[in-house]
Amino acid sequence: MATLRKADSYCLGLESTADDFSVGILSFKGDILANEASMFMPETGGIHPREAARHHAEVAGKVLSEALRKAGIQQREIKIIAFSQGPGLGPCLRTGATAARALACYLQVPLVGVNHCVAHIEIGKLITGAKDPLTLYVSGGNTIVAAFEAGRYRVFGETLDISVGNCLDVFAREAGLRQKIGEPLGALVEKLAARSQNFVSLPYTVKGMDLSFSGLLSAAIELLNSKKYSVEDLCFSLQEVVFSMLAEVTERALAHTEKPEVLLTGGVAANKRLQSMLEALANEHNAKFGVVPKQYALDNGAMIAWTGILTYQHGLSTSIEKSFVKLKWRLDEVYAPWVGG
Amino acid sequence: MLFKKGAEASLYIEEWQGRKVIMKQRLPKAYRLPTLDEAIRTHRTVREPQSIHKAKEAGVPTPTIYLVDITSANIVMEFIEGKQVKQILNDLSQAKRRSLCRHIGVLIGRLHSHGIMHGDLTTSNMILTSHGKVFLVDFGLSERSNELEARGVDLHLMKRALQSTHYRYVKKCFEAVMAGYSEVVGRNTTEDVLNKIQEIERRGRYVSER
Repeated sequence: MATLRKADSYCLGLESTADDFSVGILSFKGDILANEASMFMPETGGIHPREAARHHAEVAGKVLSEALRKAGIQQREIKIIAFSQGPGLGPCLRTGATAARALACYLQVPLVGVNHCVAHIEIGKLITGAKDPLTLYVSGGNTIVAAFEAGRYRVFGETLDISVGNCLDVFAREAGLRQKIGEPLGALVEKLAARSQNFVSLPYTVKGMDLSFSGLLSAAIELLNSKKYSVEDLCFSLQEVVFSMLAEVTERALAHTEKPEVLLTGGVAANKRLQSMLEALANEHNAKFGVVPKQYALDNGAMIAWTGILTYQHGLSTSIEKSFVKLKWRLDEVYAPWVGG
Repeated sequence: MLFKKGAEASLYIEEWQGRKVIMKQRLPKAYRLPTLDEAIRTHRTVREPQSIHKAKEAGVPTPTIYLVDITSANIVMEFIEGKQVKQILNDLSQAKRRSLCRHIGVLIGRLHSHGIMHGDLTTSNMILTSHGKVFLVDFGLSERSNELEARGVDLHLMKRALQSTHYRYVKKCFEAVMAGYSEVVGRNTTEDVLNKIQEIERRGRYVSER
């Protein structure tokens, strides 16, 4: 019976940077009680920010009550509300922020604005047990190689143009693939790629620890339109080139930072080929390898709640006046006093 | 003896014909598709000595190449005795740091004016000898180009390396690098390159000025 249980401290986290609206509830000790999500699925094309935001507003109540029901906690046990303050799509971020402000005012608890990219790393550390990893964060919006150094996460490498997930998604759409619930475009590319062994040469663009995907994408689309190669061959080749580039910059950053662990996260982390490449390179450098499982690698409320707890426990919170969303909030702008070392 | 295991190559210190040398071996990457792997390793093994030689013509100290074996992706070159700039830059006095960065800028300017893009300008790839001479090493990612875009990217990488590893001194260090650069390529070109760097930065994800 719930009434017999001693009241505990929990954080409720809201995530709404892009196509997912998600609510996570965690105890201050790091137990994950709930992590509910609803994904916006466009009929055609990519994510339209305003349509995604409308979806978030529509499902917010439902996702929130489902998370609270699953967690089975009392209202007064929620000690803080955390929300993703950026980076991301403006209308989507604002919808989540509005819900977060309302909740914080209603429950009269502090509000904590969280950086979405920091949250991906923190939940990855919590889930995999990594302490001081070099992180490769790859998704539809981000392509970042980061590690902690003197007070904050530093970006060692990143894309110079589009993200890797964006590159794969646009190619998939050009090839006529359609995403389904539980089967994103990246998974479709992976499936087709597994049916080919025929490598077609594509531009390989690595600049030190940075990468560029836009030229590669154009070249792949050009080959697709030339009808000289099958979609399977091109998916296979695109994956091989793109992931080899990611592996190379990760390896370079690993050699440079000499971190003891490699952490792979973000939506693209679900790809088995990428996982096997990163695992092999981590082994070669005697670094531990950890991949964040899908439910915590995709955008999720749990990561926001957890980072909210870490932030709050170090005396930081966000006043309502300062809770405006930051569309272009870089990972390396965040002071992270909770990370040791 | 393994000296350094880098990202794409292992460096061994060996004795070769009575000299202390570095043997740079680009070993196959098991995680990479063999066709792609071989293409990358061969390309870089050919490109690196060419660029190192060109850099010498441009007046930039680089290790002397003794032997290139393309089939095994192996290069034997002079061992440069000294310290990586990465290791010492943060501990120098302000004046010394500035003059070292200015000098690095001069070297980059010489490379660029001879159409050589280093491709991986980090302070790990710069070696300061006890005589105060700076050697540039690791030309595996180098490219030949005379385009402004390529110069911008090359220097953007330098800036990024300073930001991640020498975050306390980024601004002053980079200004000094560009001052040295300007001495070689002139003020107008430097202006153009600086504008290009800004443009490149704005193209990236999540840039607050955009």
